[in-house]
Amino acid sequence: MNQSADSWSKVIQPKSSLLDLKLKEVWEYRDLIMIFVRRDIVAVYKQTVLGPLWFFLGPLFTVVTFTFVFRNIANISTENIPAPIFYLAGTTLWNYFSASFTGTSNIFVANASIFGKVYFPRLVAPISQIISNLLKFFIQLLMFFIFWVYYYLNGQISINIYALLFPVLVILMALMSLGIGIIISSMTTKYRDLQNFIGFGLTLLMYATPVIYPISAIPEAYQPFIQFNPLSPIIETFRYGFTGAGTFSWGALAYCSGFTAVVLLIGLIMFNQTERTFMDTV
Amino acid sequence: MSTVIKVENLSKQYRLGLVGTGTLRDDLIGWWYNLRGKENPIHKIGEVNDRTQKSQSDYVWALQNINFEVQQGDVMGIIGRNGAGKSTLLKLLSRVTAPTTGSIKLKGRIASLLEVGTGFHPELTGKENIFLNGAILGMRKHEIKRRFDEIVHFAGVERYIDTPVKRYSSGMYVRLAFGVAAHLESEILIVDEVLAVGDAEFQKKCLGKMGDINKGEGRTILFVSHNMASVRELCNRAMILEKGTVAQIGPVEKLVRSYVQNPLLVKSENDLMDDAKSRRGHGEVRFIKIEINKGQTFLDPDKEIVIQFNCKVFKPVSELYCYMAVKGVLNSDFVTSVGPARIADIPLSDGQVVQFTMTIPAGTLRTGMYPLYFWIGKLKEGPIGENYPYDVIDSVYYLNITSDKNERDLGYNPDQPGGYFNMPVKLSDVTFI
Repeated sequence: MNQSADSWSKVIQPKSSLLDLKLKEVWEYRDLIMIFVRRDIVAVYKQTVLGPLWFFLGPLFTVVTFTFVFRNIANISTENIPAPIFYLAGTTLWNYFSASFTGTSNIFVANASIFGKVYFPRLVAPISQIISNLLKFFIQLLMFFIFWVYYYLNGQISINIYALLFPVLVILMALMSLGIGIIISSMTTKYRDLQNFIGFGLTLLMYATPVIYPISAIPEAYQPFIQFNPLSPIIETFRYGFTGAGTFSWGALAYCSGFTAVVLLIGLIMFNQTERTFMDTV
Repeated sequence: MSTVIKVENLSKQYRLGLVGTGTLRDDLIGWWYNLRGKENPIHKIGEVNDRTQKSQSDYVWALQNINFEVQQGDVMGIIGRNGAGKSTLLKLLSRVTAPTTGSIKLKGRIASLLEVGTGFHPELTGKENIFLNGAILGMRKHEIKRRFDEIVHFAGVERYIDTPVKRYSSGMYVRLAFGVAAHLESEILIVDEVLAVGDAEFQKKCLGKMGDINKGEGRTILFVSHNMASVRELCNRAMILEKGTVAQIGPVEKLVRSYVQNPLLVKSENDLMDDAKSRRGHGEVRFIKIEINKGQTFLDPDKEIVIQFNCKVFKPVSELYCYMAVKGVLNSDFVTSVGPARIADIPLSDGQVVQFTMTIPAGTLRTGMYPLYFWIGKLKEGPIGENYPYDVIDSVYYLNITSDKNERDLGYNPDQPGGYFNMPVKLSDVTFI
């Protein structure tokens, strides 16, 4: 039986090309992405009394704590704007990054039981994590805007044109957390040590990001380190656009975009190489 | 008929022992060789996968140089003992993991059922889980919608469809899960022993449904099972895997027969010893040889069946009892049993060999294939507790009772025996008025 090679609809081979990112296949599974997102959102709040209200309560407690500890006790500057809105701007964005990153970095280990039984493009799982966290992020953002309207009407904060960059910031953050997350998840299948690192690594990263302080409050000598952190421009730009506190620079944003693109590409390549055989090592 | 699956020189290597120690070193070695365009030296350490022997290296070939083709519409049974590479082959076919060498070429969508209910979330309702599970298995949302009523009806869970599946009975859960799987719209279906769950009636329904899928829609099915009866019922071709290679491939009837009774493929005297450590039981006494009618393949329902046992004592014991059960082909419940019968109630010392014979009188069992269950051990001392097993051999030996007589001569239809036994009923007082 002679058949031309292209009459096969699928050929499974030991190795695939580095740049074969299988994005088309992911698109074919878009329904699965949406169903995973729905599962993540619905399942968490079934059988809880307060339901989706928990999305609000978390950041609310964080902000109360931050205001008390960092503003009232440690007396860290929040520039010229009220502490709650300052912290809320930082933590809302940070929470999204942190949740997406934690979710994606553990994707192989957490889904081993499904991945071991059935094939679908593995990228579906981290992408649905990013999206379901995005929905939670929008709910939390709602609370930010409630506070924002209050302070705006009181004249304590101001909005400017850079607020229009908001969609760009969200996309950057989503892609960056996806990129870093899948790099880590690709490595944790073999080197489990990384998992232990993630917990405190994330805490350290938060303190290296202007979440609880403005860049201007950092001594001149250390500022380059904070600006080297690709998350800093996102949070600074967001806060600057909506409250007028902080700084904005196109250069920093370009650096952040470049970093995201590189990390995402490396992540996709590593992820695709890992997904082929990770079941043997996980 | 066209070829829909073509497997060429397929091999899969696994690393034994603790993964995680030394992998970095091996990775670097492999990377260094790849960089210079040479073959990874670790891939050369080829070894036959024989789990009874301690491996010389850390790497083992779970599959080695597998070649076969499957034609459209074939139902291919894959049989082999534990560790023969069946599951690895299915994993490669369903793309759960990638092969080490070789290739698999496929035509059409492939769906794999290595487990029923993959991804079922206990908090979600039956309806939500149908969509979740269907999407995981590769269905689009509109396809699931179209099949939704059919799935619910097949599973028989209409009343509970909006209840979280954690409230389902295990039977309902399995039925729902299989319902989704049975309605997949893929050209190739891969099924791994999912039928080991659920009640007998449902298993028959699943087998029937799988048969329908194949006959009605010309789909190709690969089916792995230990249950020779289902393989025989469902498949038209079969493949026997042995130690990671294809031992035989051909029409199902021939292969099932050779698998069930061929001592090379099933259990030789040596195999029975090699295998002993992985068997249930504590090992004071082990079966070392079991022979049914001196190795006869097909048993005649009108002749007696003589089963000879050889057991060896490895640690001194105070008594020895033997229990034998005949199991059903479809649901593997015990259909009848004998014992525990006393073999010895005097102390036996190590090194001793005990021989005994059990004879099933002629005309007891009707035609069919019956897995056997053998147990030797010690009875519990008081009224409570459990009997203590020395050795258990489950579904390794079969009684393959066949007859070429017709219904008139045999007294029943050998192809549809209508039960397991000849009931000892006396027919009398036939009068014509």
